[in-house]
Amino acid sequence: MSEQAHIDREEYNITVYTENQVGLLTRIAMIFSRRKMNILSLNTSPSEIEGIHRFNIVIHETEEVVSKICRQIEKQVEVLKVYYHTNEDVIWQEMALYKVPTDVIAEKVKVERLLRENGARAVVIRRDYTVFETTGHREETDNLIKILQPYGLIEFVRSARIAIIKDSDGFNRKLREFERAEPSHEVVENEYLNSREKVFSM
Amino acid sequence: MLSGGQALLHALTVEGVDTIFGYPGGAIMPIYDALYDFEPNIKHVLVRHEQGGIHAGQGYARSSGKVGVVFATSGPGATNLVTGLADAQIDSTPLVCITGQVFAHLLGTDAFQEADVIGITTPVTKWNYQITDATEIPEVLAKAFHIARSGRPGPVLIDITKNAQLQKFEFKGYTPCDHIRSYRPKPIVRHEYIRAAAELINKAQKPFVLWGQGVMLGSAETEFKAFLEKTGIPAAWTIMGAGALPSDHPQNVGMLGMHGNYGPNVMTNECDVLIAVGMRFDDRVTGRLDKYAKQAKVIHLDIDPAEIDKNVKTTVPVWGDCKETLPLLTQMVETKQHPAWLAKFREFEQKEIDAVIREELFPASGEMTMGEVIQQLNELTKGEAIIVTDVGQHQMVACRYAKLNQTRSNITSGGLGTMGFALPAAIGAKFGTLDRTVVAVIGDGGIQMTIQELGTIMQSGIDVKIMILNNQFLGMVRQWQELFHERRYSFVDITSPDYVMVAKGYGIAGKSVNQREDLTAALQEMLHHPGAFLLEVMVTKENNVFPMVPQGCSVSEIRLK
Ligand SMILES: Cc1ncc(C[n+]2csc(CCOP(=O)(O)OP(=O)(O)O)c2C)c(N)n1
Repeated sequence: MSEQAHIDREEYNITVYTENQVGLLTRIAMIFSRRKMNILSLNTSPSEIEGIHRFNIVIHETEEVVSKICRQIEKQVEVLKVYYHTNEDVIWQEMALYKVPTDVIAEKVKVERLLRENGARAVVIRRDYTVFETTGHREETDNLIKILQPYGLIEFVRSARIAIIKDSDGFNRKLREFERAEPSHEVVENEYLNSREKVFSM
Repeated sequence: MLSGGQALLHALTVEGVDTIFGYPGGAIMPIYDALYDFEPNIKHVLVRHEQGGIHAGQGYARSSGKVGVVFATSGPGATNLVTGLADAQIDSTPLVCITGQVFAHLLGTDAFQEADVIGITTPVTKWNYQITDATEIPEVLAKAFHIARSGRPGPVLIDITKNAQLQKFEFKGYTPCDHIRSYRPKPIVRHEYIRAAAELINKAQKPFVLWGQGVMLGSAETEFKAFLEKTGIPAAWTIMGAGALPSDHPQNVGMLGMHGNYGPNVMTNECDVLIAVGMRFDDRVTGRLDKYAKQAKVIHLDIDPAEIDKNVKTTVPVWGDCKETLPLLTQMVETKQHPAWLAKFREFEQKEIDAVIREELFPASGEMTMGEVIQQLNELTKGEAIIVTDVGQHQMVACRYAKLNQTRSNITSGGLGTMGFALPAAIGAKFGTLDRTVVAVIGDGGIQMTIQELGTIMQSGIDVKIMILNNQFLGMVRQWQELFHERRYSFVDITSPDYVMVAKGYGIAGKSVNQREDLTAALQEMLHHPGAFLLEVMVTKENNVFPMVPQGCSVSEIRLK
């Protein structure tokens, strides 16, 4: 691979809308493995539309390669639509679970503060261990591992990435426009976040 | 109430299937049992090996334009289809393959003759599906045919467990499918791109058309010719596209690629606008991509959006079925002639005739060449025969020199390059077009890969002409060893049986010739013989196919010697 291609590689979030079909995961995975490409993260689950599944796939590649891959994926009979976006164009999260001995947490007030600072939430509290959950970007969830390690972290697991595309059109509308690739207009991020109360009044 | 097997055969009759190539076995017996009652509406051809069955299905599909249908049993029967599936996938051939599978309750238990057929065939099918319940059969079959033949065609495999074949259910009839929500066989034609393409073509000084099999797959031969004749643009073909425009059309300037003609290869790097119609810029056509047509603006007409920009960056993509896009384009282009530009191709052609072709087609002395055999065949068939080729030197020679007056007359394994393809494919091609002469041109290596299909010819009584060009070598590999491995002829020296005796053993007439003066009469005898005939022609041992674009070179570095 050329120097330039290395420089131009970045993380891409591929969103695939598919029919719910046995064997499709293999077909999609093969498109990557055939080219000797590594999938960094893969999540698949039912979407908001009945019978349609949504894949989130993360790969580190150049845009040229990603766009070709996406066309190959879209070629599969059961694939409805494929999008790809850089990290800037999506809002993404990963979820992590941390299992820690309960006695340590209970005794050390400092831990509790650290957990709160990191937005962690207890999901299970048992006499022998407690499970915390946090969601965020990789650095954030990694950070909490570092924090909990000295307090006897027993087990850790992280989910695949899920990503919401910032472009506000959504899939429902795109489905109708299928063939047209008109650029959508800019959306200001977190526009309403500061005035949450006013927007979401009960 | 019908059994799954009966429902399947009902479905096939509604789809208009008249011929099936297959081989039975335990796991597909209920379907074969049902087939017993469907004769003679459906003809079943018993092949000698499932690879022969699927290549026959390919030959049938390619000659007739219909979907080829193949039956095989589970496990080893199904795995024997893999080469043909890969071949059909890369050459966009519509097939529906039905494989038997073990009982559903045995799936995944390493049962007798069980193989993960869906897993194995996934990378080599356009679509595949396993049926474990008979009630799924009508709908899945309908989808299979729709997927196999629409858009960019391809092979589909349906694996049916034995219990589903036996299961009785209330059959509510069969409705062919023409829509699947997630499947868009044809991209919507974008008129702005047609306009942009027409503008480029109208302004071009040295436009050049490359066409591939897409023209035939879209049944757009007439539309293609109309476009060419209005624009006056010279056009060259890939081996998969051969015959879509008659060989002697004044704007047909020859074959592209590694063993293509000199002019079209060199001129690819001189044209200002390159118009690719239904072809995919295979590396055998383009040579080195970084030195391929860099000076040209590229217009690419293709039904498969994944082909656009895959290998060659396009200036204007014309997505869609060329049957629809070509007429739109023809409407917008100006009527023109390019006599000077066209003449340049003819100049190169003359140069190639002097350097290579005359000697190859009309040698005055010495042993026979493959070229002169094809030349003689042309004379005798007047370019009306279907030529089915195997893989190797003879394939390149046949593709270069065969005269093709009609479309769907050149059947070859272009993408996968499968030796052993020609004999069974010729059988299929003949079943697909009973009124045409079918000549299989095969090397002494390739014939021995599926020679057992002589048995299929014997039993079915099908009339195919088999022409073995025997150079006593795996010729194409030998040529590369000569040119690129200092003549180290590692395992390319292949001996042959007495083919005429072998044919005789199968009840097929045959003849072998090694003298030039006997060639014409022998070819005549083959062509006029009622029924199948095997002709072996001994040709010179160490002849090379030229011109040639050596691997890793640009198309303009094509060598005449
Ligand atoms: C199944 C398969 N195995 C190996 C090859 C590699 N291969 C390509 S051409 C060739 C030689 C073919 O020899 P022959 O059939 O005698 O034809 P010729 O080149 O002499 O015309 C070989 C071995 C192939 N294309 N397909």
